[in-house]
Amino acid sequence: MREDRSPILELQGITKSFGGVEALRGVDFALHAGEIHGLVGENGAGKSTLMKIIAGVHTEFSGRFLIDGQETHFRSARDAHAAGIAMVHQELSVAPDLTVAENVFLGNQPTNALGLVQWRRMAREAGEQLARLGLDVDPMSRLGDLSIGLQQLIEIARVLFSGARIVILDEPTSALSPPEVERLFATLRRLREEGTAIVFISHFIEDILRVSDTVTVFRNGRKVAETASAATNKGALIEAMIGRGGEALEHSYSDDLMLPTPSNSPVVLKVDQLSLARSLKDVSFEARAGEVLGIYGFMGCGQQELSRILFGKLKPDAGTLAVEGTPKTFASTAAARRAGVALVPESRRDMLFHQEPVYKNISISILDRISSLLLKPAQERDIAKRQVEQLQIRPPVVGLDLGMLSGGNQQKVALAKWLTYPPKLLVLCEPTRGMDVGAKNDVINIVRDLRAKGLAIIVLSTEPETVLSLADRILVLKRGALVREFRNEPVSKDRLLEAA
Amino acid sequence: MASSETALAAGQRARGLAPFLRSQMRNIAPFLTLIFLSGFFALASPSFATLDNLGNILTQVSVTGIIAVGLTFVILCAEIDLSIASIANVTGIAVAYFTLQDSYVNIANIPLPGAVAILLSILLCALLGLVNALGLTVIGIPSFIMTLAMMQIAAGVSALLVRGQIAYKVPSLITTLGSGSIGGIPWLVIVAAIMLLGGHLVLTYTRFGRYVYMVGGNREAAEYSGLNVKLILGAVMVISAVCSGIGGMLGVAHFGSAQQNEFDTYLLDSIAAVVVGGTSLFGGRGGIGNTIVGLFVLGVLNNGLDHVNIDSFLKILIRGLILLAALVINVYAQRLREKAAE
Repeated sequence: MREDRSPILELQGITKSFGGVEALRGVDFALHAGEIHGLVGENGAGKSTLMKIIAGVHTEFSGRFLIDGQETHFRSARDAHAAGIAMVHQELSVAPDLTVAENVFLGNQPTNALGLVQWRRMAREAGEQLARLGLDVDPMSRLGDLSIGLQQLIEIARVLFSGARIVILDEPTSALSPPEVERLFATLRRLREEGTAIVFISHFIEDILRVSDTVTVFRNGRKVAETASAATNKGALIEAMIGRGGEALEHSYSDDLMLPTPSNSPVVLKVDQLSLARSLKDVSFEARAGEVLGIYGFMGCGQQELSRILFGKLKPDAGTLAVEGTPKTFASTAAARRAGVALVPESRRDMLFHQEPVYKNISISILDRISSLLLKPAQERDIAKRQVEQLQIRPPVVGLDLGMLSGGNQQKVALAKWLTYPPKLLVLCEPTRGMDVGAKNDVINIVRDLRAKGLAIIVLSTEPETVLSLADRILVLKRGALVREFRNEPVSKDRLLEAA
Repeated sequence: MASSETALAAGQRARGLAPFLRSQMRNIAPFLTLIFLSGFFALASPSFATLDNLGNILTQVSVTGIIAVGLTFVILCAEIDLSIASIANVTGIAVAYFTLQDSYVNIANIPLPGAVAILLSILLCALLGLVNALGLTVIGIPSFIMTLAMMQIAAGVSALLVRGQIAYKVPSLITTLGSGSIGGIPWLVIVAAIMLLGGHLVLTYTRFGRYVYMVGGNREAAEYSGLNVKLILGAVMVISAVCSGIGGMLGVAHFGSAQQNEFDTYLLDSIAAVVVGGTSLFGGRGGIGNTIVGLFVLGVLNNGLDHVNIDSFLKILIRGLILLAALVINVYAQRLREKAAE
């Protein structure tokens, strides 16, 4: 039906690089009115970069950009907005302390001649719009009191009903429950009937296949496939996403990898029926000494929350933790540390003191072991020097401010702080994210050493390669629930993606 | 290794004197201010630069100095304590309340032995600090608001104890430390020096001191390092209250009377001393050394303005402007340092 119409948005030969690294290479992309266009690809494949160009966030790129056949160049997101393009970003951007109605009309409130807000009209119209999404919410209630899923739907509603002709949704379903996903899809289909063009980015390939008309696949900054959704399936899309035949320099993990026979070593951590609001549902598993347990899942699947609960930073709503058979409820991260649990979070900024020297960063978690009252700086430096040598941290100068080190070396310092007195359980979130190949290998070797020393290690990652390169056993976390365990069997990137 | 380290550290500095100076601005600027002000007043008034006057300045900043020791801990943790002056006031009043007053003083007080009176008063200020600590850490009230409430509560307790009257007698130990002197040096100055030194030693050489700096430098990272951040924050609130209480008791002896609203100016002076000295309001940078420089800047300013025949009402404005300038430098120093670290 749409073939006879020309596209409302057309991009030709788009190339975009960040500091010499090409994020997009000669990408063509066309979007038609009344179309839902799905986008898939791994993290860093270029989907988001392309969408940010369309939404006027990135303004420097080469290639042609046409709207309704007219060549256009946005200088800002405001320009894109004026041209009828709206985007819902992955992170919520709502005002939790304002009412639902105010959020729906954020920046666009109906006013009377005096410039005063027409509350009654705003509430009525917001209610009508939300009803179209199948949402029965009091428009005058405070947004922050609603569930995250509802908040996300209301943010989407704001964009959908802003009158935009082109709507870009980045991972809109990750925080939604199944009925909420249904409502969203029903609304998207209705908007499609009305002629809106919708771009739908998601890691959930089933969702893409269900709602979109066309699917485009990105890999390494290139568009590698564009097909009608009806003419493809999940397996074919995953294959297109990760490619075959060792295109990448690194191990691509596209072939089956045999997981070892599970060890019978003592259980260090036992997690039973852990639940946290909408983030985690009845999560139960065990981690054993001398074993690396990988937990894989998409962004927002509950990994972060799980790691924080293990380290006493978050308190679960229900469920129990036991370390070496002793039940624990951690009142603080200090309690978790004393129980022998260590965490390296995904963000180095949260973990390290950038304005302090390396040795103070390394000694902070073990100060109570080396001094009761007075500090022993000489001993601290010695300990730090040993770690710096063992982990090959560069430059090997423990007095240097941490901020002077490269990202990979900072990550090693984040590990080093736990290694002088090794914990019983080490929880690593995204241990190799954003590292170059050499640093990645270093970290992988460090983790294997620790495993050999008998630590129980949990690696949580949204990157299948990270989990595959480290784990002896792999759990897949999907929307807060464990859905699959891989043990003593072949596993590969597509098998992981398939399970998630 | 040692030699390569020195070489690299030297290299870090040798990248240019300018970046090094910029990163040290929070320590240099207050010092330059002090030298400038001292020079200015020395030229403007012959009575300023004398040994006698130096003694005056030291005595004048001593009570502020005692209170500022605890406040330095609090500000290093990126918190604030607005109840310091009120707690000083109520502790000073309490120690008088527990002391036998002359018959013309019309207060329904409870005379106790001096040691007991002092102990009870210290217990009182520690207790008020503990309430601050619990409000901040357990309930989660921002310290700005929590200590604002405490400011009022402590003032309320003061009011109930003295009911608008004035008490004069305090235990003899307090009288000696607050208004006596030994070998020509006021005990008050000695106590202030000892407390400042003690604060410096704790911050620099103890594990707790390191924790204070780390919590102030990056609270999130401190928590992810397994430190008990709430315990450390609670401790600094109690330390602040106890320092204020000691300052209050000695202050009452120094002034010779205990009454309502006696310490009101000490809130601003103590905060100013810490901040003018260069301790970062964002936490993690600075220390007692900075506070001492800050105390002298304020002391020289207050004292010097008395020597140069200036409209006494203008003094208040000048102090406000100096504080504003210090705040600007404080915030800029943080930014420059962050830039230098990148």
